[in-house]
Amino acid sequence: MSLAFRLLVPLVLFGLWWLLTATGVIGPTVLSSPPTTWDAFWNLLVHGDLLGDIGISVARAAVGLAIGAGLGLVLGVVVGLFRLGEELIDSSLQMFRTIPFPAVIFLFIVWFGIGETAKVALIALATLFPMYLNASNGVRNVDRKVVEAARSFGLEGRRLVRQVIIPLAMPSILTGLRFATGVSIIALVFAETINATTGIGYLASQAAALQQVPILVVCIFIYAALGILLDLGVRVLERRVMPWRSHLVVR
Amino acid sequence: MTAAQPPAPAVGTVAAEVRGVGKVFDGRPVLDDLTFTIDSGEFVAMLGASGSGKTTLLRLLLGLERPDAGEVLVPEARTTVFQEPRLVASSRVWRNVVLGLPKAEGTRQVAVAALETVGLARHADAWPGTLSGGEAQRVALARALVRRPDLLLLDEPFAALDALTRLTMQALVAELVSRNQPGVLLVTHDVEEAVLLADRVLVLRDGRIAVDERIDLPRPRRVGAPEFGALRDRFLADLGVLERGRLVPIVGDEGEPVVIDSA
Repeated sequence: MSLAFRLLVPLVLFGLWWLLTATGVIGPTVLSSPPTTWDAFWNLLVHGDLLGDIGISVARAAVGLAIGAGLGLVLGVVVGLFRLGEELIDSSLQMFRTIPFPAVIFLFIVWFGIGETAKVALIALATLFPMYLNASNGVRNVDRKVVEAARSFGLEGRRLVRQVIIPLAMPSILTGLRFATGVSIIALVFAETINATTGIGYLASQAAALQQVPILVVCIFIYAALGILLDLGVRVLERRVMPWRSHLVVR
Repeated sequence: MTAAQPPAPAVGTVAAEVRGVGKVFDGRPVLDDLTFTIDSGEFVAMLGASGSGKTTLLRLLLGLERPDAGEVLVPEARTTVFQEPRLVASSRVWRNVVLGLPKAEGTRQVAVAALETVGLARHADAWPGTLSGGEAQRVALARALVRRPDLLLLDEPFAALDALTRLTMQALVAELVSRNQPGVLLVTHDVEEAVLLADRVLVLRDGRIAVDERIDLPRPRRVGAPEFGALRDRFLADLGVLERGRLVPIVGDEGEPVVIDSA
């Protein structure tokens, strides 16, 4: 029942898209119809190297995300744990955070060339901050009383961090990861639309040059699908990493 | 690690010794030349109004604070049950019980055995979030007892429980303590609880021991018994709540009467 309601609006929009493009109200140079978009998709899949391009794009996003979110996690935990870490790192990171990441694309191209490094670096930069902010907040907000109790029971140093602090900060960390995955796709689009010879973004910029609207629409759909899949992945991860949460009951 | 060092332990004699301890917070002395000992196997209850320094004393004995003056001597094996269970939500119940123990000692078997004594063995693999308040506090008790403490510190561990669960927990603690014979310091503001459980009652006032009295009532004790009531009233008077059988007005910090607006 609720699923039917949720599907209602997307289905109506899809029907409208089909109707308006089929009747010519929206011309093919503006937006391709569902059948022509599907044909373009199929054509790319069979005759082009769509899967290869998707693979390259996914790999860029994944590597950039791993580096950026990984670094953000480490910095966040350090800043959350240590006052010194906070004073040394936090204010500087907050300063860099104000730079909109697309602004550094060209600088990265100058630094790293037009290869993969520049793209991965941009994605890493973009995903670092959401992870950093959430991880540091999560660690800082871990219940002090529980930490104090764990200490009094002999848990110190690494064991304390691993067994108590990180798990209890996990909800925030995973929120950070979700934000970071979302941003990683945005950064991916920027990185590979401006400078690439492979990947979905390259496909799109070529199609744009040739005014191939159906291919552009296909690319947009693929980016959207990537975003949905990544978000789904994080949600599955949430359930696996925080099993204690799904068992919570209200008393 | 802390100022609390293990004493040269003459086993079977002293479980904790506090000598001339002072502690100042923001220029306000919380503990002032405090001196007392707890014998091994002795159940001591410490009464005190809010802000009398009870919690500070407990933190000193736990090694979470350092004294500004004097000496705190405690055994290495000391542990505590806090007012709240303070379980680690992300660890299963049995892992919470053996939290912080060396790997070889902190086995599931050890944990389950400890949970058995508080009647929760079947919850060994549950997540803390699924337990009721009373169950969680029993897990906290198992977590304390599994360490075979020579000194057990109880920081109002029953305060947050409902009345029925509290009675069960008090009986359980009394039983487990009499079986394991650690020195116990129960910090509470519940006079009846103190008289019910303790061998000796200390009243903390203005950072010093104002009363130090042995409770010789036979066990099991009944809250309704006349001797019990007499003792309770005495301690209430010592706490400044009750003047030997007569109610007195509640006064504020400056001694001014507090007017309770009934409107």
